[in-house]
Amino acid sequence: MFMRLSRRVTPVFLWLSLMLFTSPVYAAAESAAAAGGGADWPWWFWPLVLFVFCFVLGILAVLAGVGGGVLYVPLVSAFFPFHLDFVRGAGLFVALAGALMAGPGLLRRGLASLRLALPVALIASTFAILGAFIGLSLPTTIVQILLGATIIFIAILLLLSKNVEYPVVTKQDAVGLALGMHGSYIEETTGKIYEYKTHRTWGGLLIFVLIGLVAGMFGLGAGWANIPVLNLMMGAPLKISVATSKFLLSITDTSAAWVYLNKGGIIPLVAIPSIVGLMLGSLVGVKILARAKPAAIRYIVIAVLLFAGVRALLKGLGI
Amino acid sequence: MTAQNGKELEHVPAEQKAYATLLMYGCWIGIGIMVITYFFYLSGIIEPFVGIDKVTDLWHLPSDEFSQRLDIPGGWGWLALIGYGDFLNFIGIVIMGALTIIGYLTLIPAYIKKKDFLFTSIAIVEVLVLLLAASGILGGGGH
Repeated sequence: MFMRLSRRVTPVFLWLSLMLFTSPVYAAAESAAAAGGGADWPWWFWPLVLFVFCFVLGILAVLAGVGGGVLYVPLVSAFFPFHLDFVRGAGLFVALAGALMAGPGLLRRGLASLRLALPVALIASTFAILGAFIGLSLPTTIVQILLGATIIFIAILLLLSKNVEYPVVTKQDAVGLALGMHGSYIEETTGKIYEYKTHRTWGGLLIFVLIGLVAGMFGLGAGWANIPVLNLMMGAPLKISVATSKFLLSITDTSAAWVYLNKGGIIPLVAIPSIVGLMLGSLVGVKILARAKPAAIRYIVIAVLLFAGVRALLKGLGI
Repeated sequence: MTAQNGKELEHVPAEQKAYATLLMYGCWIGIGIMVITYFFYLSGIIEPFVGIDKVTDLWHLPSDEFSQRLDIPGGWGWLALIGYGDFLNFIGIVIMGALTIIGYLTLIPAYIKKKDFLFTSIAIVEVLVLLLAASGILGGGGH
């Protein structure tokens, strides 16, 4: 079975890795970034490299089942010459665009739930504003160190997290009941209707304070944190958690994105090829995913995240 | 959590469907405008306020220093420069940022109609939070 899996995965992985890490544009990007700026290259070089890089990231993100923002910020800040402020600003819009694109389908099918999303979104988006201000006011080296530590934590979380498809919630708590955080959806593979409700709602809401802060500080989409909290802690089914998390990003990231926009953290030359590249890559990724389920890609992405996290950490520490 | 075989699915609320439709059209409009304005910017058809070479020379600086050096106004000051190729790009970006606010504005009357005052309040407070972030009141340090 392992041999069959590896035969399927290897060509995809090799192709993506080849594009991402051994292409001349990547090598040029890294060397130019290491030189400390982008002045030695013609102006069109960077938008083009960034577009191709983000296109491949978009494919990888879908295959690995992670959001684009969580890959974008550590990798682009590690290998491109833009200041971290602009990378975080663009990262928020990358995550926002992905969430806005996915949101309509998820809402119509009843997988993303407004009743589940609105209360947690209010908390997360409020604290994302605070996070954005903290992130923009701290010295870059400190943010770089914290970003590195956060990315390493996310990689470990992705590696160890075991989500539960249908968590058992015997009794809904008072907060969840008052907020009406329950609903139902059709499981398309079986045609069955599943009803769900939340528990430990108060604790879950409190964790969204932290999620909002981190999303705003580092410009990361926070799907990696939303899903385990909605699923493992609050007891929402995995499909509902994944869909609601994706939709939730459109609200959380909006508030932080506006702060970056108002504080000059958005350069269109950087942001637009990132957004468009990642979105097109995601569309291609969905098509590849429909034909194969390259589970190993997830582990490769976790390894890449660990690498990018360590690199950010070392960069912040001046090593 | 319970499972049943019946076809009686809780109806996806009308306000949720309306929100979805708004996001879908708004997002594609935003992306479309972004691509068009970016083309105008890169091709030089519309002259930028800051030359692209200057941007690439200074984009390694923190955002506040970058803005100061290039004399770029903060907050919504970019609106005054909308005729330039680089600031024209902000139209699509702002549309993306405004979609959630507009979406929430459509939810408020729907929740009032349902007499769901808790969610009406949540939606109103969320709009205020997002408007506060968007307004630049909290600090529009510069572009």
